[in-house]
Amino acid sequence: ITVPMWAMADPDDDVLVLNGETEMVTKTAAPAHLSDAMDEVMSGWHFRSDETQTMQADDFDNPGMVFVENAMAAWETPEGSEGKSCASCHGAPEDMAGVKPTYPKWNDGAETVYTLQMAMNDCRTKRMGAEAWGYDKGPAIEMVALMSSVSRGMPMNVAIDGPAQATWELGKELYYTRTGQLDLSCANCHEDNYGNMIRADHLSQGQVNGFPAYRLKNAKLNGVHSRFKGCVRDTRAETYKPGSAEFIALELYVSSRANGLSVEGPSVRN
Amino acid sequence: MKLSTLTAAAVMVAGVAHAEMVAPTKVAFTEDGAVEASLTGKAGDAAKGAEVYGSKKLGNCVACHEITTQDVAFPGNVGPQLDGVADRWNEAELRGILVNSKMTFEGTVMPAYYKVDGFTRPGKAYTGKAADDTFGPLLSAEQIEDVIAFLMTLKEE
Ligand code: HEC
Ligand code: HEC
Ligand code: HEC
Repeated sequence: ITVPMWAMADPDDDVLVLNGETEMVTKTAAPAHLSDAMDEVMSGWHFRSDETQTMQADDFDNPGMVFVENAMAAWETPEGSEGKSCASCHGAPEDMAGVKPTYPKWNDGAETVYTLQMAMNDCRTKRMGAEAWGYDKGPAIEMVALMSSVSRGMPMNVAIDGPAQATWELGKELYYTRTGQLDLSCANCHEDNYGNMIRADHLSQGQVNGFPAYRLKNAKLNGVHSRFKGCVRDTRAETYKPGSAEFIALELYVSSRANGLSVEGPSVRN
Repeated sequence: MKLSTLTAAAVMVAGVAHAEMVAPTKVAFTEDGAVEASLTGKAGDAAKGAEVYGSKKLGNCVACHEITTQDVAFPGNVGPQLDGVADRWNEAELRGILVNSKMTFEGTVMPAYYKVDGFTRPGKAYTGKAADDTFGPLLSAEQIEDVIAFLMTLKEE
């Protein structure tokens, strides 16, 4: 306790093995587009305490898995005017393995970048005749957690070129723009200062491969945009809204910084 | 006679102090980013300054700095330790660092504590909402002077 905090502030070298089976990639060479900024990308998992890390390593201990179970039930439940469930068209949730790591992604039909929640809401409104889920709200975030859980261990792999490039550029600009009265950008905290302590918080690289994240602090699953909103608010700025064009672009950009890291969601964070 | 002279002098001092209360938009920096004149025209109170330094609701300097002689839980280390800071900087320089640290350290992550303009998407404190007419500097002129008085006590030599 008398040891200064930063003596233990560096990211650790622990290895995340999921359910005693799947070894996760939690540190890897930075993707090419980041090579002038950093050499290695690291999961936020390395910046958490041993207890929090252990919780995530086993599905029986991971409090986020309860919400995945809710989503499994929702997956099978017909909803809307067409009387269809997700299962009617997509089969088992496991058949969706490999989808999560590619999102956000360009959608040809809509001619815009889609987050996973937008893709799911298209199915709900256009294919099921059901109501769209609110952005980052319970049912949506639970289903994202299910989609993520079946892709755990697969490398994040979002495309940043082609038609998505302009959105990616916007996201990059937002990442490096200082906002609010504290005049801080995402990069100021998560690129320039990861590993350092900002009061009691151990700053990570702010990666999104672990989302949705179960936070011990609010005892629920948290979506990427909600996390962004919290971080922007903490710069004493006017935030953007979950689901906004800005946060979609930022999610694409931040996701691309995690390319190569294993999908971990639902992760456990403090 | 003596009495009235004193009274006149007191009135004068008060008048001067008022005239010297420097608004955030009127602060004059030297070439190196220092601010020579007290923002209030008075010296600060070191004890109050220590509180502003350590309080999460006020300066929250401990989010980024540690002073080893201070008993504050979980000091951050985004910024340097401030032990002996008064040996490294004089009062005018410390005032400059507090008012707008970017005038001393280009591009620093340390916030400007006495600045009200030039922000991108300024908010209403930590609500996430847009700034309204309650928007003001992070610390008052008086609080800045108090923190400077406190920092000036941090000498090791
Ligand atoms: C009536 C059929 C149907 C139903 C019901 C349906 N989907 Fe879909 N879903 C599709 C089709 C078709 C696509 C491919 C759309 C495209 O390629 O643009 C798709 C695409 C998706 C995608 C994106 C996949 C990818 O590879 O990009 C996700 C995620 C998804 N659906 C989730 C769901 C969820 C969750 C539900 C239930 C809430 C659901 N779907 C219900 C037909 C359906
Ligand atoms: C004032 C500092 C600060 C700024 C600026 C900031 N963050 Fe954060 N962020 C934090 C802290 C503290 C945490 C919690 C500890 C951690 O995981 O780093 C965090 C956590 C995160 C996480 C969760 C990481 C995980 O593994 O669970 C993401 C994602 C994130 N931030 C993204 C962003 C983005 C994007 C921006 C810019 C819009 C941003 N942050 C700006 C301080 C900041
Ligand atoms: C978000 C982080 C942050 C906060 C909050 C912060 N500082 Fe700093 N401070 C820094 C950094 C980083 C530096 C180093 C300057 C640079 O960027 O090179 C610094 C430098 C300083 C210095 C010069 C130190 C030296 O030894 O050279 C002083 C004095 C100082 N800060 C005082 C304060 C006070 C007083 C407060 C609160 C009212 C405060 N800081 C709040 C980050 C911060």
